[in-house]
Amino acid sequence: MSDAAGRWALEIDGLDVHYGRVHALRGLTLTVGEGEIIALLGNNGAGKTSTLATVSGVVRSTGGTVRAFGRDITKAKPWEIVGAGLVHVPEGRRIFSRLTVHENLQLGGYLVSDKTVVSRRIDEVYTLLPRLAERRNQHGGNLSGGEQQMLAVGRALVAKPKLLMLDEPSMGLAPLVVAQIMKLIRQINADGTSVLLVEQNARAALKIAHRAYVVENGVITLQGPARELARDSRVVEAYLGA
Amino acid sequence: MTQLLWNGLFVGSFYALVALGYTMVYGIIRLLNFAHGDLYMLGAFVGFGVLSVAGGLATGLGFVALLIVMVIAMLVTGTAGLVLERVAYRPLRGAPRLSVLITAVGASFALEYGMRLAAGPNPEVYPVRLAGDPVNLLGARITVQQASLILIAILLMAGLQWLVMGTETGRAMRAISQDPTAALYMGINVDAVIARTFFIGSALAGAAGVMAGGYYGKIDFLMGFIIGLKAFTAAVIGGIGNIKGAMLGGLALGLLESFGTAWVGGQWRDVFAFGFLIVFLTLRPTGILGERVTERV
Ligand SMILES: Nc1ncnc2c1ncn2[C@@H]1O[C@H](COP(=O)(O)OP(=O)(O)OP(=O)(O)O)[C@@H](O)[C@H]1O
Ligand SMILES: [Mg+2]
Repeated sequence: MSDAAGRWALEIDGLDVHYGRVHALRGLTLTVGEGEIIALLGNNGAGKTSTLATVSGVVRSTGGTVRAFGRDITKAKPWEIVGAGLVHVPEGRRIFSRLTVHENLQLGGYLVSDKTVVSRRIDEVYTLLPRLAERRNQHGGNLSGGEQQMLAVGRALVAKPKLLMLDEPSMGLAPLVVAQIMKLIRQINADGTSVLLVEQNARAALKIAHRAYVVENGVITLQGPARELARDSRVVEAYLGA
Repeated sequence: MTQLLWNGLFVGSFYALVALGYTMVYGIIRLLNFAHGDLYMLGAFVGFGVLSVAGGLATGLGFVALLIVMVIAMLVTGTAGLVLERVAYRPLRGAPRLSVLITAVGASFALEYGMRLAAGPNPEVYPVRLAGDPVNLLGARITVQQASLILIAILLMAGLQWLVMGTETGRAMRAISQDPTAALYMGINVDAVIARTFFIGSALAGAAGVMAGGYYGKIDFLMGFIIGLKAFTAAVIGGIGNIKGAMLGGLALGLLESFGTAWVGGQWRDVFAFGFLIVFLTLRPTGILGERVTERV
């Protein structure tokens, strides 16, 4: 959690997002403490991706503020936000399919000026995810879904994030692969990275999260420690199935 | 025969240089930059200006001097490309394609008639005709300057290939071309990389303009129009958006014209080029190295 000085990795306060006339986020508020894993749960169209895209500066908010590590990033450019240590693994992985696995990883370190540091981090990713090392010269598009998700996470790690934001990393993956991904996220968190995990797979996410939020129609409707939410009847009914 | 080959390679290499800029810009933001040929025209005029001022050197122009003229022309056209992108195209990013296309046509007219105001409507005679003393090489007569220019063109293309495939900037360009939003998530300053692409592509067109001025001996403010169409043809033949394809397409077009006109007469040159485009597109719509369009994520 936040330390004595009250340090938050991320503070989203009253965030509003409009797409034309669609009011997608309506005063959404959430926080991620340093060292925490926070799950953000919600159904299709609830506003999960919009939240992450707005934090990343790719979607512009129409109201509210976003602060990261004490700094106001509401109006910062996407590359400034990555530079501040907030790295986003987007929905659908968005691997560069006609670049090799290795090139995808190199792009993760785009903002790191010392390229020897980048190649060292890529080696670490290869050690952590040996499947990627075997496929380093293959095009990203040739990987399986699970491997692509590993690559997307590995690519983010090359940027050495202070806050890692993942948008539905379990989407379309077999349960065994989902378990691997969740284990990987927990491991990344144990190494000191704060995590904001967007999921529809509430069961998997609540297992590794410290706290969780539920978003509906662009506003947070439930929040609390993950263990409590996992028992909450409203969550069980809506998101964990009977 | 060897002479025809040389002429084809020479003309083909500046078609290729112009086609490269066309294809790079299309590759990265899916924009058909109709003003691209006019940057080539600008390059020819800048080269003309520098050569006129420098004077004297005319016939004995060495490799180094030619290189300097080219570098100046490339810097000026590159900067013009930057301005064009910033003023005309960036504000329209995300706008409907037709609006952008119309803007590009407008930018083309602006450059053409701007140059007409600046330099007058009459053709200028290039102060250097790459005449020199022809050397006999494998039965073809070529001058040292011609050979130098081909060498420069080859170096430029090799340099570009290295830039795109082997550097961080090139990787960023390829990433943006595949998925601009994902490129933002990597922390790539997409605007800056697109601007750099325009600079490089426009500079290559400027280099080709100097080459063309020296080769044809005459330049005028509308010279960019037809070459723009031909570079577009070359880029499409090679598979639009594909760097190697543009080089191949340019060379293929140059050779085709050289041999074609030798067999059926010079007045058929452009008929040849565009007839070939039509036949080619019917047979292979994606170009020599073109990728299937559906491959975009
Ligand atoms: N680019 C866009 N243009 C218009 N409306 C959009 C756009 N992106 C999202 N929306 C709308 O905003 C709302 C929130 O969408 P968002 O993608 O944030 O939901 P989500 O929680 O990520 O859903 P999912 O689980 O399906 O990914 C939805 O009503 C959606 O239709
Ligand atoms: Mg989503």
